[in-house]
Amino acid sequence: MSKLITISPSPHVFGSQSVGRLMYGVILALVPALLVSVFFYGMGAIIVTLLSIGFCVLFEFLIQKFILKTEVRISDGSAMVTGLLLAFNVPSNLPWWIIMIGALIAIGVGKMTFGGLGNNPFNPALVGRVFLLISFPVQMTSYPVPGGLNTGYVDAVTGATPLGIIKEGLKSGLSISDLMKEVPGYLDLFIGKMGGSLGEIAAAALILGFLFMLFRKIITWHIPVTMVGTIALFTGILWLINPDKNADPLFHVLTGGVLLGAIFMATDYVTSPMTPKGMIIYSIGIGAITVIIRVFGSYPEGVSFAILIMNGFVPLINRYIKPKRFGEEVKHG
Amino acid sequence: MLKTFAKGGIHPPENKLSAHVTILDLPVPKTVSIPLSQHLGVPAVPVVDKGDAVKAGQLIAKSEGFVSSNIHSPVSGKVVKIDKVPDTSGYKKNAIVIEVEGDEWIETVDRNGDLINTFDYSREEILKKILEAGIVGMGGATFPSHVKLTIPRGKKANYLIINGVECEPYLTADHALMMQKGEEILVGTMILKKVLDVDKALIGIERNKPDAIEHLTRLSEKYPGIEVYPLQEKYPQGGEKQLIKALINREVPSGGLPIDVGTVVHNVGTAFAVYEAVQKNKPLIERVLTVTGKSISKPSNFRVKIGTPISDVIEAAGGLPEDTGKIISGGPMMGKAINDLSVPVTKGSSGILILPEPEAKRKKIDPCIRCSRCINVCPMGLEPYLLMSLSQKNLFERLENEKVMDCIECGSCSYTCPSNRPLLDYIRLGKVNVGKIIRSRK
Repeated sequence: MSKLITISPSPHVFGSQSVGRLMYGVILALVPALLVSVFFYGMGAIIVTLLSIGFCVLFEFLIQKFILKTEVRISDGSAMVTGLLLAFNVPSNLPWWIIMIGALIAIGVGKMTFGGLGNNPFNPALVGRVFLLISFPVQMTSYPVPGGLNTGYVDAVTGATPLGIIKEGLKSGLSISDLMKEVPGYLDLFIGKMGGSLGEIAAAALILGFLFMLFRKIITWHIPVTMVGTIALFTGILWLINPDKNADPLFHVLTGGVLLGAIFMATDYVTSPMTPKGMIIYSIGIGAITVIIRVFGSYPEGVSFAILIMNGFVPLINRYIKPKRFGEEVKHG
Repeated sequence: MLKTFAKGGIHPPENKLSAHVTILDLPVPKTVSIPLSQHLGVPAVPVVDKGDAVKAGQLIAKSEGFVSSNIHSPVSGKVVKIDKVPDTSGYKKNAIVIEVEGDEWIETVDRNGDLINTFDYSREEILKKILEAGIVGMGGATFPSHVKLTIPRGKKANYLIINGVECEPYLTADHALMMQKGEEILVGTMILKKVLDVDKALIGIERNKPDAIEHLTRLSEKYPGIEVYPLQEKYPQGGEKQLIKALINREVPSGGLPIDVGTVVHNVGTAFAVYEAVQKNKPLIERVLTVTGKSISKPSNFRVKIGTPISDVIEAAGGLPEDTGKIISGGPMMGKAINDLSVPVTKGSSGILILPEPEAKRKKIDPCIRCSRCINVCPMGLEPYLLMSLSQKNLFERLENEKVMDCIECGSCSYTCPSNRPLLDYIRLGKVNVGKIIRSRK
């Protein structure tokens, strides 16, 4: 034969899935929540999102090109996902330079230090977010109140989140029944009309993103359902014991970062366990830690910390939890 | 819900281009090269010499030991040499090369195509005929059939399973055989049932072959104890362990054999070969194979003499397309890429697949993003990402503990990986290394 043919071991055909397709699928799933955020927080949501994505992609490019001197692979979409998720986890009036620092920490410390995509033990966006929360507590907790499309970027009117109102109110001796009058109703909580981080408010839109990712088989149900279920269970028990001191489970699930965390942060492939059983243990851990921080800790919200803590256990979970091997137990049926 | 195996598996595009193409007899070639090792086990030993005249059906190489197989001449002619020729493995192996002259057959072979559906041979007589006819697993594994049919002391078979799954994309040889030689397959199944002394034979066929399911179900009414089961389409359901799990929900233990759960599995092609050997005294000298590919002008199913060069088979299907990028002996999931068209068809050749150039090359490897898709599709419950990484690091002890030797090399992991990682390549390497360590312990 005159022409060259390829020789390689089997298999010779391959599926059509790729890292890029998965990442862009996640981005698409985040769009509804972003739109809701723009609707309630106006231009600020757009500016913060674009800045965060821009800085994340820029830092990944600079580090790959000039420090690691490896292949530049910003087009795989993973830095965009990190940027988008970092933006979703900060207030929509955050000054540009704080976003820049957050992006540098997320991409630099959270991801590239460990070798880039696939090698980071902790969720990069959360590494950036928690760094900012500890370093700039004032700016990171001045949440704009929903004012519609005419809300400005830096001059937005700010207020507390529903979780913040409850936490402060309980400290000053008020009861839940009094405090529930001061927080938005369940319908508002469901559509996202409340103060909070840019992308965490829109429960309905986040659930839409979840269904989309399930449909496209980007993620499985295990982590989101178990994590939300655990939070509902534990807060439900506390609520039943003392409804005057503890908010009800629906309130806990719809506020703060529970849905954003359960659907988009805890499900990050790289930093979550490899087996369904491992995923369930991991998400029970996240749910339990979240409730402990919310109810007994000094922060009103604990999802970010909980996910990072459980990220740290993932290598152990992967080592301990093995899939059921075929032929492990002999069945005679 | 149709039956299928419980864990893992994939469903690649089926591309069964030749699904309803009638089996045609390929003309006898000018020369055949018959490799002495067409089966798992010890190569056969030639019983003819250069210059000898042979008849079609004549024994030309004798089984060497128990796990080995007889080889017969598929043509009449003259032995021109016994020498090394390349086979599908890419290596040169010993083969008997015969130049075809005339069309003389040994007298014992019944060449009449009429169905003979009664038999009253004893188990020993049947087993002897199968052994003598050189029958091996026709699904591709080429394990000598008489070995599988000899039940170890203390074990008992309850079920015979006949594999009509053909889960490999593109391949249709078994499908065509079931449509055209359905009754012969059933008689072969009755014969196998008798050898194994079982009451029940289950034929598993994926539901993408509804005509074959219907055909065999109808025919099976005449043959007591044979049941046809439609199965959900899922690769690698044609794997022995997966098929047993799908049909009778038993799991062959790690490192064990189907007989450990009371079954023996044979391919429909093997059942047909058994029919021919027992009822027609015809040794295994030809087989049905599929020649296919998106650019092939006439995707076909041919009955081909063992030893026919692959180039002849491709010519008969319209020739090698302009855009050929890869030539595969077997299916796209487990077949072997070959680089030499003079390679002969052997007992295990189920098909020849031509992939066009754009599909021939692998895509760029990306980092593992730990998406766990490889774990989810592994039918053996293994962790391919981990096995690859342990294999790269030469951590053989852990590889063994993580059950690398259980891998059936189906390729579902590599197929599914969004990062195009060569998972199975490294797992195979790991298996070779761990296999050496295990053998050195003995």
